[in-house]
Amino acid sequence: MSTPIVEAKGLTRSFGKVQALSGLDLAAESGQVVAVLGPNGAGKTTFVRSVATLVRPDGGELRVAGIDALRRPEQVRRVIGLAGQYAAVEPAMTGRENVVMVARLYGQTRRQARANAAVVLDQLGLTEAADRPVSTYSGGMRRRLDLGASLVGAPRLLLLDEPTTGLDPRSRNELWDAIRSMVRAGTDVLLTTQYLDEADQLAQRVVIVDKGRVIADGTPGELKSRAGRDVVEIRVHRPEDLTVVAESVGRIGVEAPRVDAGTHRVTIPVAGGRAVIAEAIRALDALAVEVDDIGLRRPTLDEVFLTLTGSPIDAGEPESTDPSTESTTEPGEHFAQAA
Amino acid sequence: MTAVTFDAGRITPAARPAGAITAATTVAARSVRRFVRTPQLLVISTITGAMFLLIFRYVFGGAIETGPVQYVTFMVPGYIVTSVLFTGSNASSSVAQDLEEGFTDRLRSLPVSRTAVLAGRVVAESALLALGLTATLAIGFAVGFRPQGTGVEAIAAFGLVLTFGFAFMWLFVSVGLVAGNVQAAQGMSLLIFPLSFVSSAMVPVESMPGWLQPIAENQPITVMTNAVRSLALGDPALAGLSGTTAHYVTLSLVWAAGLVAVFAPLAVARFRKV
Repeated sequence: MSTPIVEAKGLTRSFGKVQALSGLDLAAESGQVVAVLGPNGAGKTTFVRSVATLVRPDGGELRVAGIDALRRPEQVRRVIGLAGQYAAVEPAMTGRENVVMVARLYGQTRRQARANAAVVLDQLGLTEAADRPVSTYSGGMRRRLDLGASLVGAPRLLLLDEPTTGLDPRSRNELWDAIRSMVRAGTDVLLTTQYLDEADQLAQRVVIVDKGRVIADGTPGELKSRAGRDVVEIRVHRPEDLTVVAESVGRIGVEAPRVDAGTHRVTIPVAGGRAVIAEAIRALDALAVEVDDIGLRRPTLDEVFLTLTGSPIDAGEPESTDPSTESTTEPGEHFAQAA
Repeated sequence: MTAVTFDAGRITPAARPAGAITAATTVAARSVRRFVRTPQLLVISTITGAMFLLIFRYVFGGAIETGPVQYVTFMVPGYIVTSVLFTGSNASSSVAQDLEEGFTDRLRSLPVSRTAVLAGRVVAESALLALGLTATLAIGFAVGFRPQGTGVEAIAAFGLVLTFGFAFMWLFVSVGLVAGNVQAAQGMSLLIFPLSFVSSAMVPVESMPGWLQPIAENQPITVMTNAVRSLALGDPALAGLSGTTAHYVTLSLVWAAGLVAVFAPLAVARFRKV
C-alpha cells in the first residue's frame, strides 16, 4: 500500500485546560476526499491546523505525505494548500493579484506565477472578475478565489477547514463541484465540516471526531449501516397529531420513536423492509390523521452521530439548521403523499 | 454558472521555495497596495494629524510658554515624534485584522521564511509611516514652522524620526500579534495618549507638577523629542535643555536600538509560534 497522505498516531494537544486533541489516530489514503466531521469544539479544526503546521501537537506522531510534520514542518508546507474558515484574500487587490502573490510565495517565478494564476482563475470560473478588486466579489466568489490561491502551488494535499460555512446553497454547490473536480485530477483533500450532507456528498471516507478523538471511521454507507436501523419517517400536517402518531404507529418500531416538533416529523427505527411501510400506512389509516409524507430510508449521518455519542451533532448550536434534512439524494424507498 | 473543473496538471510547480527577499518584497507589495488603494486610510490619518496640529498651534499654543522660541517652532518637532505613535499604531490593528481574518494563517502555511514575511511587513509599514510623517511635516511648514539649525541638522532630525518609526513599528507589530483581534489592538493603542502627552513633545516638562516631571523627563518620547528638537532648533539651549545635541541624539538612538532589541525578537517569536 502506498504512503498515506496523512497519518496521525495518538495526537494530543491542549490549550490551557481545554484538551482539543486527546489521542487522535487517523490514516488517510491518497486519491480520495476525507471528511472530518464533528460538532464545534470536537477538535477537528485543531487537527487540520496541526496538519497545516499552524498548531504543534503536544504529543503523538503526524506524517503528511510521509514527511514528519513535527520535525520538518517547512517541508510539509511545500506539499499542502490551506483554505480556512475565512476567505484569506486581500480585498484591496484584484483576484489575479491575490493568486499571483500566493504563487510567488510558493516560489514560482514571475512568469510562472502569472501563467499559473491565469490557469487557476480560468478553471474556477473567475477569469471575467480576475481584474476587479476582491472587495467587489460576492462571498461565494471570495471562497472560490481563496481556493484558487491555495491551489496555485499545485499542492498534493488540500486542507479545507469548513469550506462552505456561511455560503448560500448555490455557492455551496459550486464549491463542491470545484472540490470534486480537483480530486478527480489527483489532488487529495482533507476537509472538516459540521454539515452532515457535506461529508455525505463529497467524501469517500468520513471520520467522526468527538472530544478530540476519532469515534467512527468509514465510508458514508458503512457509517450509516453502523447506526443499524432503517427508519420510517412520517411528516404529519398538523403538529397536534404528532403524539398520537408516535404512540400508535411507534408500535411497529424496534426502538422508541423520535418526535421533531419543528419539522412535524416522527421517526421510527424499524427492523423490517417494505412490510413495515404497509403496516405504518394501515396504522395511519385507522387514525385518520392528515399525513404530508411517509417514507422508509436509511439513517442519516445525524442519526449515526446520535447513536455513537448519545447527543445530536448540533448540540449547543442553536443557529444550526441541519442541511441533511434538505438532502434529496437520500437512499431508500420513498412514497410521497401516501396517505 | 460556468462548470468548474480543476486540473493540477496544468500548473507549473516552483523549482525551489521562495527566497527571503522575494518573500519579504511580495508581502511588502501587498501592504503598499492596500494603503494606496484605500484612500480613506490616508485621508483620515492626514486630517486627524492636521487637526491636532492646528489645535495645538492656534488654540493651546498661546497659553504655553516656550521661552526664546515661538511655540510653533518648539512644538512641530515634538508633534512629528508623537505622529510616529499615532500613525504607526494603525499597523497594530491591521496586523491583528490579518490574524482575525485568516490571512496570517495562509502566510504561515506557505513554504517561506516567516521571519522574512514579518520583516517585509515591518519595512513596508515603516515606509508608509515615513510618507505620513512627510505629510505632517509639510503641514507644519504651512503653519509657520521653520528649522533654525543647519540643513544637515534638519535632515538628520528627519532621519532620526524615521529611525524611531522603524523601531516603534516592531512594537506596534508585536502589539497586533499579541492582541490577536482588532478591538484588543485598538484598546492597547490607547496607551499612546499618556506616552505622547506626558512628555516634552507639546509642553516644556518644567510646567508639569513636580511628581510627574521625572516620569515625563525619562520616557522615550521625551528623549526622542529632545534629540529632534535640538537638531531642528540648532541649539538645545533654545529648547530649555542643558545637555549637548550629541548627548540627546545618542540617548535616543540607544532607546531606538532597545526597542528593536526587545520587540523584533518578540514579534518574530510570536509570528513563528505554532
